[in-house]
Formats: sequence, structure tokens, C-alpha cells
Amino acid sequence: MSSVASSPAPFAARQHLLARLVRRPVALFSLVVLSVVVVVAALGARIAPYDPNEADISLVLATPSAEHVLGNDSAGRDVLSRLLAATQISIAAALVAIVTALILGVVAGLIAGYYRGWFDTVASWGTAVVMALPGIVVLLAVRAVVGSSIWLAMVVFGLLISPAYYKLVHSSVTAVRQELYIDAARVSGLGSLRIIARHVLSVVRAPIIMQSAIVAGMTIAVQAGLEFLGLGDLNVPTWGQMLNDAFVNIYRAPHLMLWPSLAIALTSIALTLLANAMRDELERSTPVRRRRRRKAAQADVVDPAPAPEVIAHADDAATAAIADERLLEIAGLRVAYDQPDGSSIEVVHGVSMAIRRGEVHGLIGESGSGKSQTAFSVLGLLPRGGRVTAGTIDFDGTALAGGSEKAYAPIRGTRIGYIPQEPMSNLDPSFTIGHQLVEPLRVGLGMSKAEAKAKALALLARVGIPDPQRTFDAYPFEVSGGMAQRVLIAGAVSTDPDLIIADEPTTALDVTVQAEVLDLLRDLQAERGMAMLLVTHNFGVVADLCDRVTVMQHGLFVESGPVRTILRTPEHPYTRSLLDSILDEGPARAPYGTTRKEARL
Amino acid sequence: MLTFIVRRLLAGAVLVLAVSMISFTLLYAGGGNIARRILGQNATEETVAQLAHELGLDQPLIGQYTGWLTSALSGDLGVSWVTSQSVAVSLGSRLAVTLSLVICTTVIAAVVSVGLGVLAARRGGWVDSVVQLVGVIGFAIPGFLVALYLVIWFAIDLGWFRATGYTPIGESFSEWVNSITLPVIALSLGAIAAVAQQVRGSVIDAMSRDYVRTLRARGLGLTRVVYEHVLRNAGGPALAVLGVQFVGLLGGAVIVEQVFALPGIGQLTVTATGGGDIPVVMGVVVATAVIVVIVNLLIELGQAALNPKVRLS
Repeated sequence: MSSVASSPAPFAARQHLLARLVRRPVALFSLVVLSVVVVVAALGARIAPYDPNEADISLVLATPSAEHVLGNDSAGRDVLSRLLAATQISIAAALVAIVTALILGVVAGLIAGYYRGWFDTVASWGTAVVMALPGIVVLLAVRAVVGSSIWLAMVVFGLLISPAYYKLVHSSVTAVRQELYIDAARVSGLGSLRIIARHVLSVVRAPIIMQSAIVAGMTIAVQAGLEFLGLGDLNVPTWGQMLNDAFVNIYRAPHLMLWPSLAIALTSIALTLLANAMRDELERSTPVRRRRRRKAAQADVVDPAPAPEVIAHADDAATAAIADERLLEIAGLRVAYDQPDGSSIEVVHGVSMAIRRGEVHGLIGESGSGKSQTAFSVLGLLPRGGRVTAGTIDFDGTALAGGSEKAYAPIRGTRIGYIPQEPMSNLDPSFTIGHQLVEPLRVGLGMSKAEAKAKALALLARVGIPDPQRTFDAYPFEVSGGMAQRVLIAGAVSTDPDLIIADEPTTALDVTVQAEVLDLLRDLQAERGMAMLLVTHNFGVVADLCDRVTVMQHGLFVESGPVRTILRTPEHPYTRSLLDSILDEGPARAPYGTTRKEARL
Repeated sequence: MLTFIVRRLLAGAVLVLAVSMISFTLLYAGGGNIARRILGQNATEETVAQLAHELGLDQPLIGQYTGWLTSALSGDLGVSWVTSQSVAVSLGSRLAVTLSLVICTTVIAAVVSVGLGVLAARRGGWVDSVVQLVGVIGFAIPGFLVALYLVIWFAIDLGWFRATGYTPIGESFSEWVNSITLPVIALSLGAIAAVAQQVRGSVIDAMSRDYVRTLRARGLGLTRVVYEHVLRNAGGPALAVLGVQFVGLLGGAVIVEQVFALPGIGQLTVTATGGGDIPVVMGVVVATAVIVVIVNLLIELGQAALNPKVRLS
């Protein structure tokens, strides 16, 4: 596998792409159609039964017969012979355009992208000018000057379409020249030309082939269009010109339409489908490989044996004081992600927990342990492809797991609040902060606009934002990360929920801001008596905030109990290793073995 | 915001100037040969020289261009060499036809492709596959080929619409609809295919953003989040593609107008280039560039309206 991933050898990769394409039915169909077209184009008039320009007045618009299997056109010329000859001309014309565009676009893109400077500026301006005009208008204007020549028209069209290659090569070169291996190549004394040839061209080769398929399709369409307008040389048979002849005589000989349209449509469709298939293959190749590797890795670590018992510790004095009313109960929860090949990968392997009313419950584990997946399952908002495959989630008497959106409607956002990890990406950049606070209040609680705004402003003040009105009117990118997280906390508590799900609420923040946000969360929790499921990888945060904690590893719960018990007498080796790491990172402000909560009691 | 518009307009003006300069050079560089082409091979040297003199073709190119530019800036694009009609006047009446065609197509393409793109992105599965396949075919088949078959099936065979001709909207609305329906369908398929693909892609991308999950966690329904938040964020790239498509539509209209015998810019261009009527060709090229610049400005304003980051920077 590594040889595939790391070998940029052009030939091997191309063979690989072709081999992969052949396995796709759509791509295979396209390749077959295009092969037929190419063979016909190569043989062209040589296999034609008649001279394509030989007119026979007695056969004007004749229907198909034994001698003339596709009939004759308005000049009595053999349609089959003209079709064969036209294929040759049409394909040759398309090639002229592609080669022109390739040479101009690739060379200009390489020079502009690699050397920058004035050439880059000029080329970009030229691109803008060329793209500001519809190609066909330019082609018609050219015709006004130089008369009708299909070959010259195709050279001009090649120039017009060269920005497609220019942009592709330019952006690839710009990206590649930042890479360290280019610097390395330069340091080791390779000339610019060799660097370009070796590294840049190998990167852009596949996209260029794909682009060429699209360009070929466009060229055939434009060329057929021009010829259809009757602007071509009348002695040169082309698909477009045959179409013109057929359309003019549509009432008298409708059968003439079929063959040229079929040739144009099939060739264009085959080219586009092939380009699409190539794009899919090129886009897919990397992620699939990565995904497979991850799958393999997962298979190694996940123990297929029945889930080991969770080490559960009994309540201590502090946690026993929380009323034994279960707000959230998760039982045997399993979460899996569907894969494109129809299989699925399980990431949570049957976990159970209960959170009591007013309890702050920490869920701790390293990244990838499945703790966020557990939290999203409670919210019913697993990412695309993810689903709860087994188990139950009971929230205050309502079954949520597997429940429809209806079950969630009165709960999510009103009785369960959510505080995300990364503040900036969790606010919609296109709407003001105020709008994002007011909208859920109006939708979820049915408040009026004025009420909702007043409440939002009060909440912003409550979470410690100095100028609530200004923040209310601001867009997310105009405030700091700490401010954004306060906004999200304000949003989560705005409906006075019974349960807050906080997914690593401080991880993305600066250390000083982390402490402030933790203080805010603690105060809000105490003030409103909300239960909280706090997902974190940091025992410092757990010690600071939580009553009880559950330790998660590889999609399973391994240890659970009151925070103080776990801090003092961890039993599972994984818990111990997490506790050891507390010394290395995070704001572990409470003395080891005491919780902050307890210290204040 | 105002400086943004002014800066864009200036850039657009520079672009139009560049286009006019380049095309004028290419169109008029022929000098005396242009007069020869108009008069044919049998004309004598004297008559050719005389015509060249009458048309000003014997002047230095730079002088001809500055002359053209000064009158163009006051709205005078010269006179057709063939019909002696004012180029600006004939462009004006032709533009109404082409623009009604292209604007209708753009509006319909925008609405349909948003619907299809969102449908494909949200449903996934076979719905997505069908939309994608239709998109590929719509993108691949040239618009004029579609136009030909629309004429054959719906105008000639079924007789539902007129095969040729155009009625201005001011004369009769129903006749206008009748004359423009088939051309609009023919033109819009390709645009719909391209824009729907873009909408689908950007909606899928926007749906996977964190804020979508957070908004849903705040109790907003999926449909509301998609149509209010996702579409607004996906709108920018879709608008960009629509802008590119508009340029393509102007070109596509040239051929489709021929099929339906609509008296638009396309017909004017084809006739003018065939007859070597260079002032008209020049007028068409510049008018097209102006339209493209205006449309690009509108697209950018639309993007600014959707995206505060563009608006505020």
C-alpha cells in the first residue's frame, strides 16, 4: 500500500487510473464509445463506401436503401460516408483546439505560477479579458476578419479555452512550490526546468487529462454549433454541417437528424462521464486508502470479546447528597458509521450510564475513544453516516435513541442544551450573534422578537460580556474565541434546560480564558441546578467541575464513580495513566485528590 | 460598500476598455483588405481605395480607435456598413430579445438548480444519483441540439409552441411566453446542470459544518437550518457559478436564436460577421463585454449581501 501512496511514477499511476476506470461501468461505457469514435476518426473516409462529396441528383433526400444504408442528404450525397468523414474532421478539429489550449495554458500556467512577477500579472489579466466574452461571439468576430476556416477557428477557440488549463496549472504550481521537497530539490542543485518537469507536471498530469475530456466535449459542442450556423467550409463534412442540412430539410427528410445528433450527443456525454469518473477516482483514491488504514487499525485495538465489566465505585458522601432522580439514562448504547462499501464501523460498543438531576457528570477519555459520539447520540445529532445501532437513551421518561425527530422536538434545544468545543466554527459566520441567540428563543419558546432580544442581551451580560449590545450586533468573526464561547454558553442556557451537554468546552481556548469559562460554567450550574454531561480529556477539568466521572477507552466505559474516589483510588490502568498525565497539561488548580466543589463545601 | 462598488466599476471599465482595444485592433488591422472583402474580388483598386477612404480605413489605426472611442463614450457606436443603420439603435432593439431570453433562463436556472441541488444533498442515495446523472447529461449535450429536438417535438410534431419568431412582451404577454418557452428550456438545461452540481456540493459542505449541528442542538428544525443557514452559506459559490454560466448563456443564445429565428444579438452577429459589417461586430463585442461586467458586479453584490465577511472587508 505504501508503494502506491508514495510512488509518483507517472506511468504506474496512469496505468493504475486506467485500470480503476475500467472497473466502473459508466467509465467503461465512455471508453468504449470514445474508442469507437477514435477508430472511425482514424480510418475516416478510407472505410467510407462512397466519396463523401459525391453528389447524385437522383438521390436527393433519399431514404435508407441497400446501397445507401443511412440514406442521402439534400445534395444526394451518401450520409454514411459523410458521417465517417465528418467524424475524422470533427475529432481532428477538437484535437487542434485542445493542443492549442494545452500548450498555451500549461506553459503560461507553469511560468506564471513558478516565476510569478510581471508575467503572472499579465497572464491573469489576459485570462480575465478572455473569460469576459462568450467564445462563440469571439469566434464569429474572428470570422468577420479572416473568413471561415474550421482550423483557424479551432486555434482561436483553443486560445479562448486555455484559461481552463492555465488556472489548473497555476494553482497546482503555486501549491507545489510551497512544498518542502521543492526547496530540497532546489538546494540539491536541480535546475528549475527539471524541478518543474519532475514534480509539478507529475502533480497536474491527472487533472489535466480530466480537464481535457471536458474541454474536448466543449470543443465538439462549439464546433458543431458554428458549423450548424452554416459558417464552415461547405466542402468539408462535419457533424454540425450535417445537422444543419438535416434541420433545413426537417419536414422532408426527418431521418437525417438522427445520425449527426447521435454522434455529437454520444461523444459529448461519453467525454463528460469519463471526466466525472476520473474526478471521482482521483478524489477518492486518497481518502479511501486512509479510511481503510483506519479501519485496519481499529480492527486491531477493538477486542471482539464481550465487553469487560465496568469498574463501578459506590457513592461517597458528596455524591450521595444528590437526589436520586435519574434525568438521563443510557443503556447498552452502540454507535456505528456506514461506509460507502455498505459495511459499517462501530465506534461505541455498548455503554450504559445514568445522570441524576443536578449532577455534573464527567466523561473522560482520549480523542477517538467515542466520548463525543456518546454525547452526540444523546442529542440525536450524529454526523452524516452515523447512527445508534443498539441500546436506549431515556431522558426524563422520553425514549430518544431510535426515536423520531418528533421525540426530540420538545426536548432538544429547550430541555437539553449543547455547548460545543470549537467556538468559532460553531457560530454561523453569515448571521449576527444576536440573530443566532434570538432565533432559537423564538422558535423553541415562542417568544416575541422584543422579549427574545431582551433575554438575549440579559444572558450576554450574565455570561460576562462587557458590552452586550455591541456583541449582539456583531458577526462571529468580529469577536474573540473566548467571547464566542461565552455566547455559545449563553445560547445553551438560554432556555433554562435540565441538562447541558458540554463537549470539551474549554479545549480550544487560551489557558487564562479556560479558567474563566470553567468558573462561569460552575456558577451557572450552581445557580440553575442543571445537570451536565461534560465531555473532556482533561482530569483537571473533571476535578474542577464534576460530581461523578466515567472513564472511556476504545468505545467502552472502563471505570465510573464519584470524582474523589476515582482521583484517590483509580483501579483501571487506563484511568491511572490519564491521571498521571494530569501533571503534564491543563489547569489542574485543585489540590490532587480534592475536588474544587468539595473544597468550597 | 460604496467604495467597493466604485472600485469594481472602475475595474470593469478597464476590462471593457481592454476588450474594445484588442478587438478593434484585430477587426480593423486588415485596413484596405476589409474594403476589398466588402466589394469582392472583381472590384478595381480605385473603388477599393475609395471605399477604404470613405470608411476611414486609410487612417492610422490608433486614430481610428480614438475616434471610435470618443463617439462610443457619447453613445454613438457608428453606422452599419451594410444597412447604414445606427449600430447603437439596432443593438438596442436586439438586446431586448436576447436579454429577455437570457434573464428568464438565469432566473429559472437559479430556482430549479437550488431546488435540485438541495434535494440531492439532503436525500442522498438514488435521488442524488439521478440528479447527478441528469446533471452530467444536461451539461454534456450542447444546448442547440436540445433546441433542435424541442422544435421538432413540441413545435413541429405537437404544435404546442411556435417554432420560430418573437413577440415583444409589451405586445402580448401570452405570445411572448409562447415564443420564448422553448428557447429558455433549451438554454437553461446546461446552466441548471452546472449550478445544481455546485449547489449540491456546497450544501453538503455547509451541512457538515459545526454550526449546523449547534443550531440544530438549539432546537431549530433541519428544514429551517437548511433553508436559512445552509443555503445562505452555500449561496456564494453557487452565485459564482451562475455568473460563469451567464457568460456561457450569452454565447449559447447566439445559436439558439438561429434555431428559433429570434431577432436577437445572435442573429445580428451572424449576419454582420457574414457580411463583414465590422462596426456592428465591434458593437456586439463591446456590448457583450459591458453586460458581462455588469452581471459580474451584480453577482459580487449578491455575494456581499449573503456574506458579511465580503460586505464588511
